[in-house]
Amino acid sequence: MERNLHRQLANMKKSLFDQGYLDHEQFTQLEELQDEANPNFVEEVVTLYYRDSARLIQNIEQALEKNPLDFAKLDNYMHQFKGSSCSIGARKLKNECTQFIEYCKTGNGEGCKRTFQQLKKEYSSLKKKLEHYFQFARQVGPLEKACRPK
Amino acid sequence: MLVSRSNASWKSEDRTSGQFPTGLRVLLVDDDNTCLKIVSSILKKCGYEVTQKSDAESALDLLRKNKNGYDIVISDVHMPDMDGFKLLEHIGLEMDLPVIMMSADDSKDVVLKGVTHGACDYLIKPISIEALKNIWQHVVRKKKQELKEKDFECSGISEDGEQQQISPENFDYSSSVNEVNYKNLKKRKDEEDDEEERDDTSALKKPRVVWSNDLHQQFVNAVHQLGIEKAVPKKILELMNVPGLTREKVASHLQKFRLYLRKASQHQSGRNNAFMGAPEASFGPMSLMNGRNRQPLTATGQIPSRSLATFQAAALSRPTATYVPIVDQRNIFRFETPKLTSEDDQQQLKNNVKQMNLFHGISSSMKPKQFATLHPFAQSSGDMNMEADYSAQMDQPQQMTQIFNDINGGNVSSFESSVGQPNFIKVIPSGVHGPTYNSLYQPSTPPGNSFPLLSNSGMSTLTSKGMLQEEVNSEMQQSRGFVSNYDVLGGLGKNTVQMVNSSLADNFLRIEGERQPDTGVQNNPFPRQLSEEDLFTAFFKQNSQNQSKMTLTLTDTSRTIFLSNKACMLQLSAFENMYIVAVTAEIDLSGS
Repeated sequence: MERNLHRQLANMKKSLFDQGYLDHEQFTQLEELQDEANPNFVEEVVTLYYRDSARLIQNIEQALEKNPLDFAKLDNYMHQFKGSSCSIGARKLKNECTQFIEYCKTGNGEGCKRTFQQLKKEYSSLKKKLEHYFQFARQVGPLEKACRPK
Repeated sequence: MLVSRSNASWKSEDRTSGQFPTGLRVLLVDDDNTCLKIVSSILKKCGYEVTQKSDAESALDLLRKNKNGYDIVISDVHMPDMDGFKLLEHIGLEMDLPVIMMSADDSKDVVLKGVTHGACDYLIKPISIEALKNIWQHVVRKKKQELKEKDFECSGISEDGEQQQISPENFDYSSSVNEVNYKNLKKRKDEEDDEEERDDTSALKKPRVVWSNDLHQQFVNAVHQLGIEKAVPKKILELMNVPGLTREKVASHLQKFRLYLRKASQHQSGRNNAFMGAPEASFGPMSLMNGRNRQPLTATGQIPSRSLATFQAAALSRPTATYVPIVDQRNIFRFETPKLTSEDDQQQLKNNVKQMNLFHGISSSMKPKQFATLHPFAQSSGDMNMEADYSAQMDQPQQMTQIFNDINGGNVSSFESSVGQPNFIKVIPSGVHGPTYNSLYQPSTPPGNSFPLLSNSGMSTLTSKGMLQEEVNSEMQQSRGFVSNYDVLGGLGKNTVQMVNSSLADNFLRIEGERQPDTGVQNNPFPRQLSEEDLFTAFFKQNSQNQSKMTLTLTDTSRTIFLSNKACMLQLSAFENMYIVAVTAEIDLSGS
């Protein structure tokens, strides 16, 4: 039973990788940073990410409403957003960020806006998936830890 | 936001211990809390002592309060208020620590900016543990470089800015050498200023004078006004009249300037060393740009004492606005006496004759084998301002060497000895130029004869250009040796003027025809630069179609040179490349 739960959790994570939501390497690194001193490190980081990036997203949203668009500013914001997104291993988000930055460089305002909508979608969909994942992980938590080699 | 700041300080002495790099004190700066948290965890995992700051200002405060409290700083690039580069700059100036930049921004210019601002590394987010595992090496490297730097400092070698550029991270973090470091950092800062081409005169108050373009131009003007041989620091200083500038600074700059001139001349001949013969440089007068300041100057350049002398003559072009930068020398020398405009013809002829007399060292018979090479290209331009520009901006008077305007009364079929260095002839605006001849002679020749054409009518100034020479040299490399036809020279006296109207391609073809590979004994040792040439082949093909087009380009090039010294270098190399391209085209043509 416990093992099943653990396997379920592992599958859940695997599907996040497989579907491209998460970057395997980066997310695994985060998990490796988790230890006795920081048992919930990954979850903490992700929570922090969603808390802080919400502000950033708001800033970008506002900047996109300006006319004319301040591409330098957008570019700057987006690099910040990209930095934290890729740090938690949010792969799809990172790709959207890269696309957005490309549009910034070419001065394509429409492209920026379009990409940003897409980005927000990915952002919240990843959030849901991760919440679900962590919630489940908490249930399985102790077991998971025991099962984990290391 | 101190997370884990331990007082167990990691000192340089510990470096040798097995513990190292455990305890390396890292200051981490990032406005992004997520990154801050992740990266600091990674750092801790590496065994480092981490201090976190979420903004550059407070990080800087912390560093100021505790200058020796950290071994290395890791900073994000994109931060509100003060960005990572600003922080980097401050750290470089104030506390001399190795700084690693990090960002999700992987665009080349940003990375480059990090490097030029003195960052010892640039990490792209997401940061991996692998990337941080080895950051201690920067601390060690810095220490090492610092020691080296110190040595340089002692021997005075570090005067050269370039050397500093090579080792941008040679700043110690240990307090013992702080003073030296500080100095170095200033230098580095100044160099950056140079790079950014800011004219920061306030920099004069710093230990190191920033030779901004303006300042340098002033310096160059002063030198030219005085004549490079007579230019002594004190006089230059008086002429420049720049507050804050000291005689020492001028002296050192003058030294570098001379060195630079020499290097440039060596560079030209260098690739094909064994060329350029005279040990002593001779300088003709040099003209400043626009012809406004056309005072004759003597430049001191040095020509590597390697043996062969070279003649370079500029061929002439019409006074009109046509620029004809490249002319095949051999054409001049040989048969083809292209059409001349009558007026020019006459004038030219006169010049030639006159100069002929000046020319010693030409004996009546010449041994072909001794004749290594004739510089294939002559430079001519209707508006010699082009050259003047180069020389003024570039300050490469060194090249200016000998002016050899003419050849013996029409019968120069052979040279036994030779003379000379490449020259460029500056002609008054009306634009008649004497031809320039480049040829190589056997080492036996008396080195360094120079015949400045000061008195020559129509030739108010001589300009030397490193570039030109270089180009010529590259051409020389290609040519297997110039041989046989010395009649060409004979022809010279009479028909000196080369009209440059014929297309380059034609010239090249002709050249090719004249080539005799065997004879170029002397040339063989010279390295070829095919790769470079290849690069430009395509370009040339385009341009060679239309000489005037090319000419124009060249002219434009010369104009742009005013922009800045650095730009100037670039332009020069572009210019040079074009010549090389021409050479390549020549090869192509011969192949076909």
